[in-house]
Amino acid sequence: MSPSKSRTAPAAGRPRSQGRVVASRDAAGHLDVDALIHDRSVRIIVCCGSGGVGKTTTSAALAMRAADAGRGVCVLTIDPARRLAQSMGLTELDNTPRAVAGAGADGGSLDAMMLDMKRTFDEVVESHATPEKAAQILNNPFYQALSSSFAGTQEYMAMEKLGQLHGQDEWDLIVVDTPPSRSALDFLDAPERLSSMLDGRFIKLLLAPAKGPARLLSAGFGLVTGAINKILGAQVLSDVQTFVAAFDTLFGGFRQRAEATYALLQAPGTAFLVVASPEPAAMREASYFVERLAGDRMPLAGLVVNRVHDDVTDGIELDEARAAARRLRGAGETETQVAELLDVHVERLITAAREQRERDGFARAHPGVPQVPVTALSTDVHDLEGLRRIGDLLARTGTPQG
Amino acid sequence: MSSTALHVVTGKGGTGKTTVAVALALALAGRGQRVLVCEVEGRQGIAQLLDVAPLPYEERRVASGLGGGEVFALAIDAESALLEYLDMFYRLGRAGKALDKFGVIDFATTIAPGVRDVLLTGKVYEIARRRGEKKDTGPQYDAIVIDAPPTGRITRFLNVSTEVAGLAKVGPIRRQSDSVTAMMRSDSTRVHLVTVLEEMPVQETLDGIAELTAAELPVGHVVVNLVRDALLDEAAASAIDEGSLDAEAVGAVLSSAGLDGSTATTLVAEGRGHLERQALQAAQRALLAESDARTAELPLLDGVDLGSLLDLAGRLREQGVA
Ligand SMILES: Nc1ncnc2c1ncn2[C@@H]1O[C@H](COP(=O)(O)OP(=O)(O)OP(=O)(O)O)[C@@H](O)[C@H]1O
Ligand SMILES: Nc1ncnc2c1ncn2[C@@H]1O[C@H](COP(=O)(O)OP(=O)(O)OP(=O)(O)O)[C@@H](O)[C@H]1O
Ligand SMILES: [Mg+2]
Ligand SMILES: [Mg+2]
Repeated sequence: MSPSKSRTAPAAGRPRSQGRVVASRDAAGHLDVDALIHDRSVRIIVCCGSGGVGKTTTSAALAMRAADAGRGVCVLTIDPARRLAQSMGLTELDNTPRAVAGAGADGGSLDAMMLDMKRTFDEVVESHATPEKAAQILNNPFYQALSSSFAGTQEYMAMEKLGQLHGQDEWDLIVVDTPPSRSALDFLDAPERLSSMLDGRFIKLLLAPAKGPARLLSAGFGLVTGAINKILGAQVLSDVQTFVAAFDTLFGGFRQRAEATYALLQAPGTAFLVVASPEPAAMREASYFVERLAGDRMPLAGLVVNRVHDDVTDGIELDEARAAARRLRGAGETETQVAELLDVHVERLITAAREQRERDGFARAHPGVPQVPVTALSTDVHDLEGLRRIGDLLARTGTPQG
Repeated sequence: MSSTALHVVTGKGGTGKTTVAVALALALAGRGQRVLVCEVEGRQGIAQLLDVAPLPYEERRVASGLGGGEVFALAIDAESALLEYLDMFYRLGRAGKALDKFGVIDFATTIAPGVRDVLLTGKVYEIARRRGEKKDTGPQYDAIVIDAPPTGRITRFLNVSTEVAGLAKVGPIRRQSDSVTAMMRSDSTRVHLVTVLEEMPVQETLDGIAELTAAELPVGHVVVNLVRDALLDEAAASAIDEGSLDAEAVGAVLSSAGLDGSTATTLVAEGRGHLERQALQAAQRALLAESDARTAELPLLDGVDLGSLLDLAGRLREQGVA
């Protein structure tokens, strides 16, 4: 399927807009992940979703499968679990991609890295300022707080790193994991929040409290700085002032780079994969995110419904199984055991129905967005074999349990 | 009771912190207590769970008539807390508004590390010290339950005075944070950790217990949530293991009960899967048992509504969490 223009505008009673959808469906109507990774015009895949749903696992598995399918892949992971990181050889935190041993076939290869946000920030400062100025910024306590703990810095730096990797032009596919934030939207919004904070009115006032129209406000400003000094201590404000003065000339460049990366995300070679677990909160987040992508004209590949439990549709039906379990229980030793097996079956059917309801709800709201379910494995995914199994499930070429 | 009991509910994201916090509040109210449940992350999780309008920065009664107790709910946000705080200590009525206009509040609460947490916990501290309407009636609330940040951030959140140590050496924020930390470390506080029986959450819980303990914060219960009940008793489990309860035996029983005997293979495979999951749960449970923390278990229910919250509340009471 070719990328098409935004189809329908949101309208009451109609399915909501899903914007550009770039991937195809397989015969069963599922998202065709293999078609996506074989499509050489796709150069960037971004895995988004709310916290803990499987973004890191999905990105690593997808990158692995693409490398095994012959593509030159780089995966940018963010805070991978320790064991997964180790299995990919991500032991050195040097903020550059390293080859993953044992991944890649047919001429394909996999490089992996995990984002070091502070280092990325430091490097940007160092490459854009004179050595003295860079040192002044890096040593500033306010900068140190900002670069290591501000909510949003991680997202901003993930975008920055993506821009850098793309600029290096060494890979024909970059798979991007996104930070473990509460809401998937943070990935798109946080950089803006950080840059408008750095660019904000307050900072401007700190820079030049008595110039231009700000002069009119300076009486109020005195009150404000007074209050801040009282609450936080005078040192904080003076650190901020020093930082802002030093950072001012860098700021324009920062903003430009963030804007360029944002544009990259809207470009035709990019595909977003939204990951969700089959639960109301995660599916709601996925739904918001899909709408947001449409609003921002960002290309969507589809939805990965991860950790689906009991994908059962066959066997005895719910009511019948319940009734039979009631009849058989206590009727004899084997009968009772069969009744218990029926209980297990009933539990699976109930879970499957609940998860299916979530998936159907999403499908009704976003009929143009293909989904693919990934079964929950019985253990964590922490080695290359596990990643390959998830890859098989994503592409629907594997069996759930082994 | 002379002071307000404080129950802090943390846990890995998505394990059921909000659900457990509300169930715990209901459980305490069921003992006739006046309880406040607060959220501090601006997510309106409590309102969504109870299906009420978004909570304001103002205590609202959300449940009553349970064993004579009452539950109030409150959403604490750092911006409102700061404005309230400035007003209280500096009578900054108009200037407070100016602060808002300059974006200073946003700035102060997001940038100065720890300030946000001091504001949030400071509000809890203020409420915990409130007295009831009449003189000598004891505290306004018997208990406060906090739907707290996740395990990875909980120690910093509660141990605010260490967090802001680098900030102002003197001044109200510093004084406030010392009082908050003292309250969090006191006998009236319990930090409960919600988890599920899976590798990562259990590991995080064990790490969290160690961190809390090192920071002298009192660990309460580990609440194991979303537990899947064992549906096969020992006889059935060993019959499946030994192979005596195989497709043939099951098929015969199914046929005699008028059911499709060909589904027996599926049923036996499902039984094996169930036993495997139970074994994995048991392994994680054993890991938790190695820590000294007391545990309580809550089952995976089919959806969460008021009825199931009361069910969970009853279980928390039975297991001594409330
Ligand atoms: N299909 C699956 N079956 C079994 N375990 C899974 C599956 N997908 C993910 N997991 C496990 O779930 C946990 C969370 O996954 P992951 O780290 O990929 O999520 P995330 O969305 O990146 O989380 P965060 O938001 O914290 O970054 C990991 O322990 C992972 O091994
Ligand atoms: N015992 C239970 N049985 C069934 N479902 C449950 C149970 N406990 C929690 N849930 C469900 O699990 C999901 C997550 O629960 P909850 O929102 O309480 O977690 P949380 O830890 O507060 O999440 P977050 O980290 O996003 O704040 C919700 O959909 C909730 O309804
Ligand atoms: Mg992750
Ligand atoms: Mg919650």
